[in-house]
Amino acid sequence: MPLIFDIALTHIAGRGRQTLVAVIGVAVGVGFSIAMAALMQGGQDDFVRQLVDTMPHVDITDEQRTARRQPAEDAFATVAISGLRPRDDRRGIINPTAATSWLESWIPGRFAASLKTQGVIRFSSREVGAAIIGIEPEREPGVSPIVGNFVEGSFSALAAGGNNVLIGDTMASRLGAGFGDTITAVSAEGLTRNFKIAGLFHTGTTARDEGEAYVLLKNAQILSARPNAINDIRIKLDDPDRAPAVAQRAEAELGYKAVAWQEANESILEALVVRNVIMYTVVGAIMLVAGFGIYNIISTITHEKARDIAIMKSLGFPESDMRRLFLLEGVAIGAAGSVLGGLLGVSMTYALSLVRFEIAATGQEMTRLPIAWSLTHYVIASAFALGSAAVAGYLPARRAARLNPVEIIRGAS
Amino acid sequence: MSALIETRQLTRVLPETVPVTLVKDITLAIDEREFVAVTGPSGSGKSSLLYLLGLLDRPTAGTLTIGGRDAEPMNERERARTRLSMLGFVFQFHFLLPEFTARENVEIPMRKLGRLARPQMRERAGELLSSLGLGEHLDKRPDQLSGGQRQRVAVARSLANDPPLILADEPTGSLDSKSSEQVFAILENLVREGGKTVVAVTHDLDMAARMDRRIHIVDGKIG
Repeated sequence: MPLIFDIALTHIAGRGRQTLVAVIGVAVGVGFSIAMAALMQGGQDDFVRQLVDTMPHVDITDEQRTARRQPAEDAFATVAISGLRPRDDRRGIINPTAATSWLESWIPGRFAASLKTQGVIRFSSREVGAAIIGIEPEREPGVSPIVGNFVEGSFSALAAGGNNVLIGDTMASRLGAGFGDTITAVSAEGLTRNFKIAGLFHTGTTARDEGEAYVLLKNAQILSARPNAINDIRIKLDDPDRAPAVAQRAEAELGYKAVAWQEANESILEALVVRNVIMYTVVGAIMLVAGFGIYNIISTITHEKARDIAIMKSLGFPESDMRRLFLLEGVAIGAAGSVLGGLLGVSMTYALSLVRFEIAATGQEMTRLPIAWSLTHYVIASAFALGSAAVAGYLPARRAARLNPVEIIRGAS
Repeated sequence: MSALIETRQLTRVLPETVPVTLVKDITLAIDEREFVAVTGPSGSGKSSLLYLLGLLDRPTAGTLTIGGRDAEPMNERERARTRLSMLGFVFQFHFLLPEFTARENVEIPMRKLGRLARPQMRERAGELLSSLGLGEHLDKRPDQLSGGQRQRVAVARSLANDPPLILADEPTGSLDSKSSEQVFAILENLVREGGKTVVAVTHDLDMAARMDRRIHIVDGKIG
C-alpha cells in the first residue's frame, strides 16, 4: 500500500466515531438524493407517459405554418405580402386518400383520420358548445384515448352504424341527458342532425369529457357540408420518441402542419426541466451540508495532527504529500459515504415503491408511488459527494501543508 | 576535501513588527565525521541555527552549502528531498508518529525515499532498532515505550536512509541521566564507528566537553 494512503487510513481509523459521523452525514445526503431523484424522475416519467398515452404522438391538421408562396413574390423582387388568408375558409386536407395511403406505407405505428368541427349540442332547452369529431370506427381504436374509458355503453356502438354519438359523462350531466337519449347537434354551417347517445365515457381530462362528441366520419362530413373531407390525422407511434422525426417528414411531404407531442407540450416539458433544476439544486445543497461535515473532520484532524505534519515535513515529506494526505482522507470519507449512501438509496427507494395510497378524487383506484430506478441517480449523487468531499478535504489540507514545522517544533519544546 | 556543511554570514530575522534576530552572521564549516556541540544559553539561537542547517527554515541572508550544493536556489520539494536523503533529525521530544509501531516509524522515511524493497526496509528497520537495544520492542507503539526508548527509536529513524549528517536538538534534554548517557553513547558511536557527522544542540556542558568541537552561541552570534 502506498505510504500516504497508509498514513491517511491510519488517521481516519484512529478517530472511529468522528469518521463514522462524517461518513453517515455523506451517506444520508447521498441516500436521500437518490431516493428523491427516483421519486421525482418516477413522477416525471409517469406524467410524460400519461401525456403520451392520451395524446396523439403526431397530429397532422389542415393548417399551414406559413402561407403558400404567392406568384407576385416570384415575379417582383420588392413585393412583400402579409396577413394572407385563403379565399375559401372551408379548409380540409386536400386529397385525403393519397395522404393516408402515403402515411400507411411508412409510419411505424397506427393512425386515424377524422374531421373535427365546432358545433353546439342541444338537449331539451340546454346547449353545450362542443367539438364534433367524425371518426372511422375501424381505425380509431388504435389512436383513441376514449375507447377503454366507457361508463355506459361502449365504443363499438358507433361501429354498428346509424346516427349514434359518444359523449363524455360531464357533458351529459350538463345537458341533463342520459344514455339512450337523443340529442341534437348543430354545426357551424347551421346544419342540424339528431343523434342517439350510445355511450358515455370518462377519461379524467375535463376538456375531453365536457367538450367532445364522437360521431361517424360521414355524419360529421354531412353536418359540416364537406363530403369526403378530413382535417385531422392523429398518429400513434410504436416509439413515442420518434415523433419529431415523423412529424418533420410528414410535414415536409404533405405540406400541412404536423405537430409532435413534444412540440405540443413544450411548456410542460420546460416545466419539467425547471423541476429537474430545482431537484439538483436541492441535491447540491444536501451535498454542501455533507461537505461541511467532511471539512469539519479534516480540519480537526489537521489541527490535531499539526505535530505529525511537522514531523513528516522534517523527515523530508514535501508540502504536496501533506496536501495529498488530507485530501485523500476527505475523499476516503466521501467514498465510504457514497457506498453506504448508495445502499441507503436503494433501500429507501424500495421502501417508497411499496407505499400505496388512494386518490380521493376517483376513490376506487389504489396507486403506488411512481418510482424510477436509474443508475444515473447513483452516479450523479456519488459524483456530487466525492466532489464536495474533495473540496472539503482540500481546503484544510492546503492550510495544513503550509504549516511551518519550525514553529510547531519550537512550540513543543 | 570540502566540508559537509558550510555557512557564510548566515542570518535569520523574524519579520515581526519589531524584527527579531534569531541568528546573525554565522560563518562555519563542519567536516565529515565530526561530533559537534552547539551550546549557549536558552534563547541564544542555537536551535534556530540547527533548523537552518537542517533546511527546515530559510535564512534571511547569507549562504548555506550542504554536501557541496548551495541550498539557496532549492525549491521546497528539493529541500524536502535533501532532508530525506542527507539529514536525520533527533528532537528533544521523540516526535514519533503515535499510531505506528517503532518499526513502522523507522520504515516511514525509507518508504518515502523508496530505494529499498519493502522486505528489505522491514529488515533494516529491525536491525537498526536491535542495534540500539530495542530488539524486544519492534512492534510496540510509542505510548508503550519509555522516554529513553522512544528517543532511541527516533535515533533509529534518523538513521533510516543512512544520511551522512545527524542533527540533534537537545536529544537528552528530557531524559534521566541513565537514558541520557545511553543516547549520548549511541550518538558518539555513530561518529566513531558509523562515520556519521553529528551536530547536537545541548545546554549540558559536561556532555559538550566530551564532544570534538564546541560552537558557543550568544545572542545569535558565535561567541
